[in-house]
Amino acid sequence: MNIVVAMKQIPDLQQIRIRNRKPVLDGVPSALGIIDKNALEAAVLIKENQGGKVIVLSAGNEEVEETVKEALAAGADEAFLVLDDDLEGADGSTKGLVLAEAIKKIEDVGLILFGEGSGDNYSGQVGSRVAELLGLPQVGYASSIEINDSSAVITRSLEDGDEIIEVSLPVVVSVQGDINEPRIPSVTQILKAGRKPKEVLELEDLEIDLTGLPEIVTVSNLAPETDRKQVKVASVEELLQALKTEGVI
Amino acid sequence: MAGVLIYSANQGLALELISAARKIEDSVVAVSLNDDSLAQALAGAGAKTLKISNPNLVVGDTGAVAAAIKQVLDKENIDTVLLSSDRRGKELAGRLAQAIGAGCLTDVTAINVDGSKIECQRNALGGATIAVQYIEGPKVIAIRPRSYEAAGAGNGSIEELAVEIKAAGIKVLDFKPKAGDSVNIEAAEILVAVGQGLSDEGKLADVQALASKLGGEVACSKPVATDKKWLSEERIIGLSGKKCKPQLAILLGISGQVQFTVGIRDARVIAAVNTDENAAINYMADYIMQADLHDVIKELNEKL
Ligand SMILES: Cc1cc2nc3c(=O)[nH]c(=O)nc-3n(C[C@H](O)[C@H](O)[C@H](O)COP(=O)(O)OP(=O)(O)OC[C@H]3O[C@@H](n4cnc5c(N)ncnc54)[C@H](O)[C@@H]3O)c2cc1C
Repeated sequence: MNIVVAMKQIPDLQQIRIRNRKPVLDGVPSALGIIDKNALEAAVLIKENQGGKVIVLSAGNEEVEETVKEALAAGADEAFLVLDDDLEGADGSTKGLVLAEAIKKIEDVGLILFGEGSGDNYSGQVGSRVAELLGLPQVGYASSIEINDSSAVITRSLEDGDEIIEVSLPVVVSVQGDINEPRIPSVTQILKAGRKPKEVLELEDLEIDLTGLPEIVTVSNLAPETDRKQVKVASVEELLQALKTEGVI
Repeated sequence: MAGVLIYSANQGLALELISAARKIEDSVVAVSLNDDSLAQALAGAGAKTLKISNPNLVVGDTGAVAAAIKQVLDKENIDTVLLSSDRRGKELAGRLAQAIGAGCLTDVTAINVDGSKIECQRNALGGATIAVQYIEGPKVIAIRPRSYEAAGAGNGSIEELAVEIKAAGIKVLDFKPKAGDSVNIEAAEILVAVGQGLSDEGKLADVQALASKLGGEVACSKPVATDKKWLSEERIIGLSGKKCKPQLAILLGISGQVQFTVGIRDARVIAAVNTDENAAINYMADYIMQADLHDVIKELNEKL
């Protein structure tokens, strides 16, 4: 059984600067989504236990080929990439179609893993879209996954409790950020990552029609105005005095 | 546009959705799935309620729930759906959107109707920015909990509706309720929030003592609840936690990454204590103290 882990390339959020309330994305390096790394770790742990291959799947611009090396170093066996500049910033309905179509080309897939939300948009819809497109059952917000032959027992962690689900494979699962602690690859693993097998497709290699999809139109995208005093205080007394003057204590 | 349909498995959130939907259209259609008391509540808040009872339908089977709602939308000829952006609602949003060929926005904090456009406000770039977006075509919009007041009493109706659902490939084996924490940090006037700078769980008693002295509540960054499990998830401030607007927030040992700050930036006064002079949280603070938080807590507890 093979495990597909869908990972999204996002801008490194710590490096985004705000100028005139607008985010400046030029020159910001790319990274893989943080929770996507938990999904990868979950896949690698299952593979170490039961065999099979972990295939990292990503759709985006050309840079993805470089970004995805981190996943290959951290335990993925192969990469399956759909690279096209048109995919940069594509919304959920496009990404869902592309990923679902790519998964159809991968054989013996028993488990398809996502993070509960991407690091940048945190919209959490692509995994659900892929499940619908492939007609598969899904479990979101997983805090544990246990595979037994042709089924899985998965804990869906909800706000008010844990729902324990038994589901037949293949299944689409999105994991929570606290499901595990992703491993840090060693230097040798990083060096070897570049030599792992990679299948690279372009959009036109997939038989999909991206016209007529619903569109998300962005009217504005601005940082909220923040106007903080940023006064340094040297002692607890000074802090208390300041808070008293503000009238909050 | 032909009507608005709302659905949430959570009664409180479903009533909030009725209020949100009324910003779009006065007459609201609501669905209940195998839940009579929800149907009563929805009708009692003025919605035309379609009550579905089907033994094959399990709320934990997102695909089946999406299939049921799709059949309702087809029958009623509706192409705008509001869901709750709790975990169940978010999981359903993408699936339902795909099933009906809709665009989808989740974690929406406000909607504003401009002619035929439903402009949705939501956090973007991890919370660094607020995006205003609208969907062209059929829409599924998931509204963040507590963005709208629950709808008051009204005169709705209940109608039974049959849907076809295939027996599920999903079985719910068990449900283990989480230990309840009834704290509501969104309503607190004063918050004392701790991050990973806190050395150990044993120190929480001092943090609680400080919050009590100030008449406030203890809150935290996400890893303190989800990784360390020292506090309940109800107390998380931020993108995947709560959005708070206290009069005063004292932030102790929190680095200030955007996913956190998005939940506290509406506070009136923010004081941050961090050993790192360059911590990002300092840009979000009115009062910055470079110090060990444990010393600061001790001294504050003595002086207050
Ligand atoms: C999709 C997504 C959603 C997320 N949602 C949230 C969310 O809702 N809320 C949230 O909080 N996070 C969220 N996160 C995680 C977020 O990115 C950060 O990882 C998290 O906020 C960091 O928590 P922290 O500041 O407590 O820990 P750290 O970043 O580890 O910071 C600890 C801080 O403590 C300081 N410190 C250490 N020792 C001391 C001491 N003795 N005295 C004083 N200061 C000390 C350090 O200098 C440091 O600044 C999310 C992440 C993702 C990807």
